[in-house]
Amino acid sequence: MKEPRLVPEVEPTSYYGRPVIKAPVWKWAVPAYMFAGGMAGASSVLATGARLAANPALARRARWTASVAIAAGAALLVEDLGRPERFRNMLRVAKPTSPMSMGSWLLTVYGPAAALAAAGDLLGLPRALTRLADWLAAAAGPVVATYTAVLVSDTAVPAWYGARRELPFVFAGAAATAAGGAALVTTTPMHVRPARAFALLGAATELGASQLARRRLGEVGEVYRQGRAGALDRLATLLTGVGGVVTWLWGRRRIGAAVGGASLVAGSLAKRFAVLEAGIQSANDPKYTIGPQRRTVEPGRTGAVADAPPR
Amino acid sequence: MSAADPALGAGYEDPPTRVGFFTDTSVCIGCKACEVACKEWNGVPAGDLDLLGTSYDNTGGLGADTWRHVAFIEQRRPPGTEAGSGELRWLMSSDVCKHCTRAACLDVCPTGALFRTEFGTVVVQEDVCNGCGYCIPACPYGVIDQRRDDGRAWKCTLCYDRLRDHTEPACAMACPTDSIQFGPLDELRQRAGRRLEHLHDLGVEDARLYGHDEADGVGGAGAFFLLLDRPEVYGLPPDPVVGTGELPRMWAAAGAAALTLVASAVAAFAGGRR
Repeated sequence: MKEPRLVPEVEPTSYYGRPVIKAPVWKWAVPAYMFAGGMAGASSVLATGARLAANPALARRARWTASVAIAAGAALLVEDLGRPERFRNMLRVAKPTSPMSMGSWLLTVYGPAAALAAAGDLLGLPRALTRLADWLAAAAGPVVATYTAVLVSDTAVPAWYGARRELPFVFAGAAATAAGGAALVTTTPMHVRPARAFALLGAATELGASQLARRRLGEVGEVYRQGRAGALDRLATLLTGVGGVVTWLWGRRRIGAAVGGASLVAGSLAKRFAVLEAGIQSANDPKYTIGPQRRTVEPGRTGAVADAPPR
Repeated sequence: MSAADPALGAGYEDPPTRVGFFTDTSVCIGCKACEVACKEWNGVPAGDLDLLGTSYDNTGGLGADTWRHVAFIEQRRPPGTEAGSGELRWLMSSDVCKHCTRAACLDVCPTGALFRTEFGTVVVQEDVCNGCGYCIPACPYGVIDQRRDDGRAWKCTLCYDRLRDHTEPACAMACPTDSIQFGPLDELRQRAGRRLEHLHDLGVEDARLYGHDEADGVGGAGAFFLLLDRPEVYGLPPDPVVGTGELPRMWAAAGAAALTLVASAVAAFAGGRR
């Protein structure tokens, strides 16, 4: 006969509180790239829209924003590599299972297209070629702005993998916010009206999708409110919110548009840093890995563990 | 039961039998011979000498410079449980790369540096890796990591060089109690099943297998374990999943978000015309 229990059974939940998974080793250059790529991709869409709407002033500035941003972005990607001199190995294979491989190939199409669209007229290239580059950049741009969400989601990081349905919308919104904001800074109010609407729609998408992501994540969502991630996320929301309000109220004046636009751009940048930091925090605390996984090990489905011998 | 051979899926035409590890933690004595043998054979740097204050464990977990890691768990079992009478129980377990049937690190690697060997194992080619770091958060077990002063990602190779010379991996050869068993995966799974039954017959109800099941989130591990407690007690994830399975849905979400971006632009210009 078994003795009665004198102490409740201890439920050890982790191994000395150590993380189960490894946190990303990505530094500042990766969120900075995600921002730059987003701003570039969305700017290309804005540029083609402006061209079709017979607004060459806005189109020209948006094209230049796109090409400068994507050039900077590419440099940031190389900078973050552990072996920068081997960046060419990114194009050694084409792997559909690797969002980073797909993204690298996407950039080989998008980068030159964005550059050609911006500089084609200056270089005296045929109009048809510049036009083609402009269309190509507009087609690839939205994917450049959103594939980075797939890239981070396709990991074991709880705050990313758990938000895989919403993160692309967060990134798309943040991209439009940045592109619209950049246009507000660079373009005169007479020509910038559509960019204002684009930025405000982007800000609404970003804030709404972030809210949905946090709700979907449940317990894990709290990392977006805590520590550095929380501070960055609040900063992003503040900058985007203030930028949106300033743009809405005073965006018809040069100074209002510039201040509002700069705030929106900064908000988009802060958002990417918040997402990276939230990922790191969720990876470093084992409860975010173990908790949700424990709940998926349902009765009848053994998952990785089984008490019975394999059949 | 036949182990699904990922080498066939990787394009090898007539691959040798898939091999792996069965780590039976019930006979591990925590000698760390596996850690030492691994470092010696593979030329893995010593790393920082550190006292962690976590029982006899001073390496903490697997990483770029720790390809075998022995965990030490000190438990006081409550009276009345099968382990009985409130005595201290000491669990030891030698952890290693799982060489997953569906390996997240391999799937996400953009350079092809990580590859599937003819033995069904997963290996990094150090002359190709450019240190992008994607494999590190992708691994659901936290195995692979970046060597900081080197920039590249490193992990267990299941002694690929030794396998090609028909020799067992260094850790398995060094293990004095046969806690680490190397061999064809099919055979190991059968042996593990018998061992589990035997332990259950002896009344060790806590014994369970971990990573042997092809229906799990990584398609079954090439290195699996017999544990005496829940996996998280040993620092292992209870239900590891490779992200690749969700990839089509992730791209679908990204496509929808990209269209939303275009729709926002259309709306912005349409509104401007009013």
